[in-house]
Amino acid sequence: MRNTIGLAVSAVLALSLGTTAAFAETIKIAYIEPLSGPFATNGNTGLAEWQYAAERLVNEKGGVLDGMKFEIVPFDNKLDSKEALIALQVAIDQGIHYFAHGLSSGIGHALTAAVTKNNARNPENRILYLNYSAEDPALVNDACSFWHFRWDADVDIRLDAITDAIAQQQDIKKVFLINQDYSFGKAIVAAAERGLAAKRPDIEIVGNELHPIGKVKDFTPYGRKIVASGAQAVITGNWGPDMIGVGKSAIDAGYDGPIYTISAASLGITRTFGAAGKDKIHVVSEGHLNPPASERAKEYTAGFEAKYPDYDIIQPRIANAVEMLARAIEEVGSAEDVVSVAYKLEGMEHDSIWGGKVYIRPDNHQAIQDIHDQVHTDEGITFPLDNSEYGTISRNVIKMASMDAPTTCKMERPERP
Amino acid sequence: MDLVAINLIDGLFYGLLLFMLSAGLTLIFSMMGILNFAHASFYMLGAYFAYQISLYLGFWAGLLIAPPLVGVLGALIERYGLRRVHQFGHVPELVFTFGLAWLIEEVVKFIWGNNMMAYQEPEILKFALFHIGSNSIQAYKVFMIFTSMAIFIGLLFILTRTRIGLIIQAALSYPKTVEALGHNVPLIFMGVFGVGTALAGVAGVLAGPSLGTFPGMAVVLGSIVFVTIVIGGLGSLWGALIASLLIGWMTTAAASSSFQFATLLEFFGMTPPADLDESYLRDLWTLSLPQIGPILPYIFMILILVLRPYGLFGKRDA
Amino acid sequence: MTGIPDSSSAVSPANGNALRSSLPWIVAVVVLLVLPQVFQANSAITILNQMMITIIFALSYNMLLGQGGMLSFGHAVYMGVGGFFCMHVMNLVEANELPIWLHVLPIFGGLFSLGLATIVGSFSTRKAGTVFAMISLGIGELVAACSLIIIVFFGGEEGISGDRTYFKPFFGVKFLQQNEVYYLIAFWTIVSALLMYLFSRTPVGRMANAVRDNPERAEFLGYSARWVRYFSFCGAGFFAGIAGALVAINFEILTETDLNLGKSGMILLITFLGGTGFFFGPIIGAIVFTLLQSVLSLQTELWQLYVGALFVATVMFFPGGLAGLLMMHQPAMRLGNLGLLVVPYVNTLIPAAIGALGLAGLMEMLFHVRHAAVGDIEMRLFWITFDSHTILPWVIAIATMITGFWLAYRNAPKLRE
Repeated sequence: MRNTIGLAVSAVLALSLGTTAAFAETIKIAYIEPLSGPFATNGNTGLAEWQYAAERLVNEKGGVLDGMKFEIVPFDNKLDSKEALIALQVAIDQGIHYFAHGLSSGIGHALTAAVTKNNARNPENRILYLNYSAEDPALVNDACSFWHFRWDADVDIRLDAITDAIAQQQDIKKVFLINQDYSFGKAIVAAAERGLAAKRPDIEIVGNELHPIGKVKDFTPYGRKIVASGAQAVITGNWGPDMIGVGKSAIDAGYDGPIYTISAASLGITRTFGAAGKDKIHVVSEGHLNPPASERAKEYTAGFEAKYPDYDIIQPRIANAVEMLARAIEEVGSAEDVVSVAYKLEGMEHDSIWGGKVYIRPDNHQAIQDIHDQVHTDEGITFPLDNSEYGTISRNVIKMASMDAPTTCKMERPERP
Repeated sequence: MDLVAINLIDGLFYGLLLFMLSAGLTLIFSMMGILNFAHASFYMLGAYFAYQISLYLGFWAGLLIAPPLVGVLGALIERYGLRRVHQFGHVPELVFTFGLAWLIEEVVKFIWGNNMMAYQEPEILKFALFHIGSNSIQAYKVFMIFTSMAIFIGLLFILTRTRIGLIIQAALSYPKTVEALGHNVPLIFMGVFGVGTALAGVAGVLAGPSLGTFPGMAVVLGSIVFVTIVIGGLGSLWGALIASLLIGWMTTAAASSSFQFATLLEFFGMTPPADLDESYLRDLWTLSLPQIGPILPYIFMILILVLRPYGLFGKRDA
Repeated sequence: MTGIPDSSSAVSPANGNALRSSLPWIVAVVVLLVLPQVFQANSAITILNQMMITIIFALSYNMLLGQGGMLSFGHAVYMGVGGFFCMHVMNLVEANELPIWLHVLPIFGGLFSLGLATIVGSFSTRKAGTVFAMISLGIGELVAACSLIIIVFFGGEEGISGDRTYFKPFFGVKFLQQNEVYYLIAFWTIVSALLMYLFSRTPVGRMANAVRDNPERAEFLGYSARWVRYFSFCGAGFFAGIAGALVAINFEILTETDLNLGKSGMILLITFLGGTGFFFGPIIGAIVFTLLQSVLSLQTELWQLYVGALFVATVMFFPGGLAGLLMMHQPAMRLGNLGLLVVPYVNTLIPAAIGALGLAGLMEMLFHVRHAAVGDIEMRLFWITFDSHTILPWVIAIATMITGFWLAYRNAPKLRE
């Protein structure tokens, strides 16, 4: 019966999670990411970026709605869908109306489904999903939701930009695709095949490899295949150790062409590639640190580097998300009226701190923005990554990429209040 | 043909790396009768120690200093941890090493963080030694292959040709008798454990630059090392060598092949479904061999265990 | 739910004994009924639900490890597979409007896992020990890898999700709210725990113990060790499937993380932490672990480090787990001199706890100094706010740690007497 006592004590503790003040002068944004485990650094970097953006872009300017400040409340999801759902539940119980999430589209799907269910089942405790990184195209197509907004450029948009870049180089005739074997990797393959076939039908896809995610110990055979295929460009969506494995093995095996990636920057990757990856590794994403887009962007980045010397800004879009949310809340006049805020965000146009405009498509809630083709190098870098001499510099920009891409999204909309 | 030759070299590289890990593990198993789940963690520690040392003293100092450090740490853990748990029985012992693997990973994360370390090959080995076709073979890989071969020959020599080796072998089979002859058997055990973990440390120092130094490196390699020694036969050094090479070549060949399972299905007279999205077999139709390459060793192990539970070269029933 | 050790009450025909042995069950039922009245926050109930699911899963694991002596590294496979099957049933019910109550869903999960266990068990239980352990590891890796490849059944890394509210309402209950789900899970927890307890009393359950301790002798007595192991294995698979079905009901999603090796390792840890030698051991383990996971992870990023250390310490010093620790006091309690133990306990455990807290404080401060933003020198620890960059807190932490451990070390021999 001691265990019954244990159970009682446990429940008391569990209760204490759910009853933190619901009345406060801050607008809380839950941040649901892995803060422990193998991807803790990703989660902590994002947290630093959100906190910095809230502080710098909203709170220092006096907040919104006459002095309400943004507060980022971190929750650890341990990179597990179930833990993420529990964290979401706790956040809802605490009276939080906004949450940010981005790592892993799998969790993104779970959260989207849970938010849609919760907002239908508990209309008085609705919550909005601010997606700043989960890039599965399905989230703004078949699996879209009214309560989900994405500031990141998704796989389709990025691959549109990558295939554009490749299509412009007339001497490239052979392209090699290597990706992780799961929905994200497959989405990249599909988008790359589609884009290349439409823009340059003469390009041959000489290799299309899917490998198990995080299971390959030695990438050498893949490097050999890339070289043996005679590829002149490689496209990969790999991240983490898998990214380094592919890049290193290809370069070691003697491959000399460009490697187009989604996320081969910072988090130790830039430092590890160092001189070997110079002018070879391309990172295609929204927002860029080098060259600084404006004096304001320069100040913002420098401020971040000074405050968090161990981290880099790897998701510039977070600044857009914070600014646009603040604007929507200000214009609605309430942070609790989630439906109105969501309607305000739809179709909003915004001047991004990183230059150019950001526009949220009303039909699927995807942000449309400039996409930059950035190169890994040590020349002309104002803000290097990983405390090394290397960083990424924007070489090419595609204005408002994929503005009119078709979507299959059919979202159920609540009544406009 | 070129590709075959290259794959043989790459497979040899990976197989010998596996062997350096499995040699120590299989020695420890024949000594204490337990599978050391934390073995790959010592491999990781080797890489991290060497990285830290290489920041100050360069790669070669790391190669010399890190493995003994790992070995001493292993010996200490045997003396103050494993020996204590040993009295409780085999399952707690296994569970202890399992927990140790968890703890070491967390400690590594605490000290070095989650990111990949920029641990690099030494500059003088950073060049392409020779080319086969358009593919280049890095000098560092050749160096690794020769180092691990030298270690294997040295180990074999010590175990079979020297007095210490004979005492160790005797202590493995008849610990009581050897103790009665006046040898300090617990000390021998501690020594063998230390040497086994130091071997794992060497593997880590050598593999760190080419396979990456990050907190997940132990998990990635951990279970495959068990698979190796189970296939080879628990406690058999030769078995470990053969199994390591087999697995090395098997995974390399699988990764470099482009075999599609659709070919196999068509061979059995099936026709591809008109609408792939509706078919229940759609995953099989789109599957290729590289996709399942890393799990082939597990399938191989299950088959071996079902058909021949003591492995390829195992003498006794596990 | 029960305080009865595995070994006692073998024969208890007397009425008084029957009452005594059913008392813990009645208490458990009452406690489970009362808990949601005390804690009404949805998040607290979600955590309780997770706790109960873990209890079933841990109990089923202990059928293998504790009662059958079979060390499995792939038990999560049976939980996951049962859960996935239930998600498909759930989606079928939604699509075809089948008149099924949600309450019977766990039976589907259990039977499906039982089916898989009968196949795998037919070759894996031929031998115990290392062979069984390695086959379980191989199957675990295999199924986890397949779950990312066979998308028809496992849904890739997104997993399979569904909606539980489409089942036939049970007397008006549509399972929109967490506490409605709570009672369903509580019902199945009691039923499964009771069935597993009764299984351990049957001749097969008894023989499982015999085969664990001395298979040769059991064979001489005319029992086939292999068949006994096989039955235990199938039983464990069945109950793991029930746990999986409850996961499906509670979270409405299943992903690869529910059946991978990490989950299997986790349940080994939980069971061992609680103690494998007693029926109620895994229950304690599940409660303690769920609490550590949910509460500790909200407080510190280093929770996995602490759990790892706790686990290693448990194996080294209390191989019987928490339950073994509790049951060591049974003789003293029976003799009525439990009071004598209080003083040595106070002398040893309190300094040990203080020492551990000092060490934890030190780790947290180290972590804070290395990872916090520049200029962010304030930190909160144990409800005290201080500056982590001054010497004083370090001295205090080191001093408490050393004194605590030293006192504990000095007093420990007295405790043993």
